[in-house]
Amino acid sequence: MENYEPTVVAFCCHFCAYTAADLAGTMRLQYPTNIRIVRIPCTGKVDVRFLLEAFEKGADGVYVAGCLEGDCHFLKGNFRAKKRVALAKRILEDAGIGGERLEMFNMSAAMGPRFAEVAREMTERIRKLGPSPIKRPKSTAHSAERKEHRV
Amino acid sequence: MIIAEGKPIKEILAMIDDYDKIIVAGCKGCVTVCSAGGQKEVEILSSALRLARKAQGKALDIKEVTLERQCDTEYLEPMREYADQYQAILSLACGAGIQFVAEKFRKQPVLPGVNTQFIGVTEEQGVWTERCQSCGNCLLHQTGGICPVTRCSKSLFNGPCGGSKAGKCEIDPQIDCGWQLIYERLKELGLLAKLEVVLPIKDWSTSRDGGPRKRIREDLKI
Amino acid sequence: MKAGSNLEKILTSGKFAVTGELGPPKGADVSVIERKANLLKGNVDAVNVTDNQTAIVRMSSIAVGAILQRMGIEATMQMVCRDRNRIAMQSDIFGAYALGLRNILCLSGDHQKFGNQPTAKNVFDLDSIQLIQTVKLMRDEHKVLGGDEIEGAPAMFIGAAENPFADPFEYRVIRLAKKVAAGVDFIQTQCIYDMAKFERFMQMARDRGLHEKIHILAGVTPLKSVGMARYMKEKVAGMDVPEEIIARMKSAGKEKAREEGLNICVEQIQRLRQIEGVHGIHLMAIEWEDAVHGIVERAGLLPRPQV
Repeated sequence: MENYEPTVVAFCCHFCAYTAADLAGTMRLQYPTNIRIVRIPCTGKVDVRFLLEAFEKGADGVYVAGCLEGDCHFLKGNFRAKKRVALAKRILEDAGIGGERLEMFNMSAAMGPRFAEVAREMTERIRKLGPSPIKRPKSTAHSAERKEHRV
Repeated sequence: MIIAEGKPIKEILAMIDDYDKIIVAGCKGCVTVCSAGGQKEVEILSSALRLARKAQGKALDIKEVTLERQCDTEYLEPMREYADQYQAILSLACGAGIQFVAEKFRKQPVLPGVNTQFIGVTEEQGVWTERCQSCGNCLLHQTGGICPVTRCSKSLFNGPCGGSKAGKCEIDPQIDCGWQLIYERLKELGLLAKLEVVLPIKDWSTSRDGGPRKRIREDLKI
Repeated sequence: MKAGSNLEKILTSGKFAVTGELGPPKGADVSVIERKANLLKGNVDAVNVTDNQTAIVRMSSIAVGAILQRMGIEATMQMVCRDRNRIAMQSDIFGAYALGLRNILCLSGDHQKFGNQPTAKNVFDLDSIQLIQTVKLMRDEHKVLGGDEIEGAPAMFIGAAENPFADPFEYRVIRLAKKVAAGVDFIQTQCIYDMAKFERFMQMARDRGLHEKIHILAGVTPLKSVGMARYMKEKVAGMDVPEEIIARMKSAGKEKAREEGLNICVEQIQRLRQIEGVHGIHLMAIEWEDAVHGIVERAGLLPRPQV
């Protein structure tokens, strides 16, 4: 577990977070290599199915990064994404994966440092949560659960 | 259309606990339109069930399928090809569809993936409301096209009761008083005189109270 | 005489009637009934026995009614449409009559949502107006619904409730007219605080001549506190409490609130007596039965007439 490196999938909007990622690179900002970016035309394109599928395919954490509220290129895409992320969090909770493994962030194309910060924040969060329950042998999952109860 | 909502995932997980190979069967009829049991919901539910079972360390093999309808024999037939390879069928159709699948596929248990709620309309995207209780004896011509059986919380035929306040029902300020709606509609139509007449005691035998219902059209039978 | 009950005799002889109300216990304890009943005895002409009011399970209104009759107090059984279908209702009306009950109040019933059985299945096979028709059919035509002859007709004096303050206001009198057409003999109203609105309602009733066809008993409830006044205004469906009354209760202060509540109640009764078509009052002293004697006495309505 000590050498565990989480896989975090980031669905990034072409108009903001994806460009912010580029900027972070240009600015030579350091952020974890755990992040796997999926470029999407708008977070409004994000479907609950994509989010769940990312977990099925082995992601330990997933986040959606869209434009600042009110700045969506398609007006309401990021608001739609926000609601879908909320639903997917509930489903993940019910399925025993944990809703906290999924998050939504907002940023503009100019926020390269923020992109790097979110990437670090999410990687840290998932590192603390440990590998996705689907990857852990059953006994480990149980001990993890017991630990949660004590907290 | 018939409105339904997905059952809680935990309830479904308990239902399928003994199985490791199931069919999740959606329906392209009403439950697709009300986003409870169409192809998309089949995919989301299947994904959630697989994740949950993997987390439990118990694999689950799901065949995802969405049938044209589950309330007609011919549309159920395609499932015959593979049904026997699965231990249970989780149907996301309305209660009628689920039962029809259970009737036609007798080798494995058929389980409900949704709670069937009511006959209603899409008031706006994502909002469905009840309109009809299928009582079998329509009286909408007398009540301005608004059904007192469905829209009045007490199904009164001579409402509104004393609990009607500012157009809302006593049971919930979010619910319109059905009789206020009837009153306003008839007033609008200049037909308030209709409300002076005592509506007679209803014959409920045409409703579910008369036992399970059946309709036969001899001219259509083959 | 349709039923020959004390209430009917008082009303048909043109005397001003006073009816009271008793909520059955949430259990099988008869002593509660006896204690409340003794406070009402001699002060009212008949006592309404509520039928699982606010959908909270209580002793049957018919059973409590029969106990009151045995104590020499006339009862008015309330019957709601929420809990029984037409088979049970007609059967219970036979039974109630056999036990000596002569007055019935036909009600829709509060929805079960707010009671202690919110997951119950409700019935509403008939509505209150259809129940009036049914009791009348049994009494006057000696038939049950469907037309079967009955052995021994239950001669009931038929009542119903009316809430003049529910919406739509203009429709309330039309609905009252429907109850009259259905065959109701007397009406007890929801408790009245907004006198002006009630006077408008009575004017509309008189315009239709309803006051001559039936007996209208105006509902009154003494206020215990300013909190109760506010609660009734805000929380009780279809209830209007004017600011002026709330202000009076407030200025009375905590110690004198009950006294002021009684003063207001007595004044209301005196005002209601002046309204043409009001043939009596229905005094609902909720869990405050010991106030009844004083109110009726101060309103100058004692002793109750013997007819």
